[in-house]
Amino acid sequence: MSLVDNRQEEGAAGRQRLLSVLAKASAGELLACWKRTALDPSVELLRGPESGLVALQGRAGGTGQPFHVGEVSATRVTVRIGSGHVGHAMISGRDSRKAQLVAVIDALAQDPAQAGLIEREIVAPLERLASEADAKLREETAATRVNFFTMVRGED
Amino acid sequence: MYVAVKGGEAAIANAHRLLAARRRGDANVPGLTLEQIAGQLSLAVDRVMGEGSLYDPELAALAIKQARGDLIEAVFLLRAYRTTLPRFGHSEPMDTGRMVVERRISAIYKDLPGGQLLGPTFDYTHRLLDPELAGDAPVDAPETGEDANERVVRVSDILGDEGLIEDDPLADASRPVADITRTPTEYPMDRDARLQTLARGDEGFLLALAYSTQRGYARSHPFVGEIRIGEVDVEVMIPELGFTVAIGRVKLTECQMVNQFQGSAKAPPQFTRGYGLVFGHAERKAMAMSLCDRALRASELGEDIVAPAQDEEFVLSHCDNVQATGFVEHLKLPHYVDFQAELDLVRRMRAEHFEAATKAADETAATDDTMEAAE
Repeated sequence: MSLVDNRQEEGAAGRQRLLSVLAKASAGELLACWKRTALDPSVELLRGPESGLVALQGRAGGTGQPFHVGEVSATRVTVRIGSGHVGHAMISGRDSRKAQLVAVIDALAQDPAQAGLIEREIVAPLERLASEADAKLREETAATRVNFFTMVRGED
Repeated sequence: MYVAVKGGEAAIANAHRLLAARRRGDANVPGLTLEQIAGQLSLAVDRVMGEGSLYDPELAALAIKQARGDLIEAVFLLRAYRTTLPRFGHSEPMDTGRMVVERRISAIYKDLPGGQLLGPTFDYTHRLLDPELAGDAPVDAPETGEDANERVVRVSDILGDEGLIEDDPLADASRPVADITRTPTEYPMDRDARLQTLARGDEGFLLALAYSTQRGYARSHPFVGEIRIGEVDVEVMIPELGFTVAIGRVKLTECQMVNQFQGSAKAPPQFTRGYGLVFGHAERKAMAMSLCDRALRASELGEDIVAPAQDEEFVLSHCDNVQATGFVEHLKLPHYVDFQAELDLVRRMRAEHFEAATKAADETAATDDTMEAAE
């Protein structure tokens, strides 16, 4: 693999992580982080925001044949910011303002001059919040861990 | 045959206005917020999302509010809403093995990797009404324990390692995944279409059928291999980017039912499986679904079809409560013309009946006269 390919691969992984972290974050927390950056790029909507559905697939038995469990509402949008960078977003739910903000942040992160700030002020803090929330849920669940004893049946 | 009627606009408008007022109830009592419904009646919201086949807690809460708590009406509203939206595509198959688990139990292994995690369950409660809940007393924060950081291994994998349980067969990957919302139903259905139908099926109907299998109508000797509840990432391929992105998380309940072993000349004896996967926290539904899934595999597993739960067309064409309520409830709409025709027919048949009876009586009398005369 050439150095260029390698870099593109890394870029894709970084962008995948950014979009996933932002999509899973709550709108309130995302907005709070965004405001702290004080960034205010000009935004041109290239597509959307558009609400629709994504068909959700599971697998029979957990690992077998895929099947449709149902659908989830989703919103997608594509923007171009003043620097010319294009950002995409698709999030579950119908919050078009959140979707647009995710797309704007995705576009800003394409700009090497802003990438560090985006990572430091938005992506990393939101990722930390998410893992803290998961850790809290795991700890609350752990308190309900049970050890059942099998009772001996019979005469003695 | 149904013939349409006209008129009644004013009465219908007034009826809907009355409905809106009755739905709201006593105006001196604060109205419910969607946050209250989604947050405090979350299992009703989960049921409406599952049977409405649309994961959106806020919309499901709105549907419940609008339907005055009639959950089938709420399911209907959600189903109607989803038909107005375009479909962007489909997710990658969700990996329940990587679920952030908030409940996980097994009835077949006492000790298993990841442990028995009761989570927020009604199990082991005494089912006594709690008068305290009539008020809004503060609730203790949940106790916390140390997260063992163990991987929550699937029970089916533990059994599968020894070959004691059948594998999940992976069908031809090039075949498109069945979608009953896009393709007209045809029987026999493949398992993917069956599972989709069951996942949105009515909980009460599937529960009753599942119960019937336990009572001897297609007995399958089930054990709960595992139930797990928790959130899973939804990953979607974004064509513009060329890679998948998590667009959010959904809560799912999964039930792996382990059923009586069977073997044949070709296959060694092993346990068979039924599967349930439902939106939200919906344990009863997931269990019922897995029992029905197993019962519906009768012909695949070479079992005799002797009971309703094994009859694919019977189960799958009647488990959808929106279809069922539509056809049952249409009976209350005006059938005046239809009934008029029936009235005419019954009147004519009665006239013919009495005419024939009179004629027969006359003939008998005439015969009697003839016989008397002969004597």
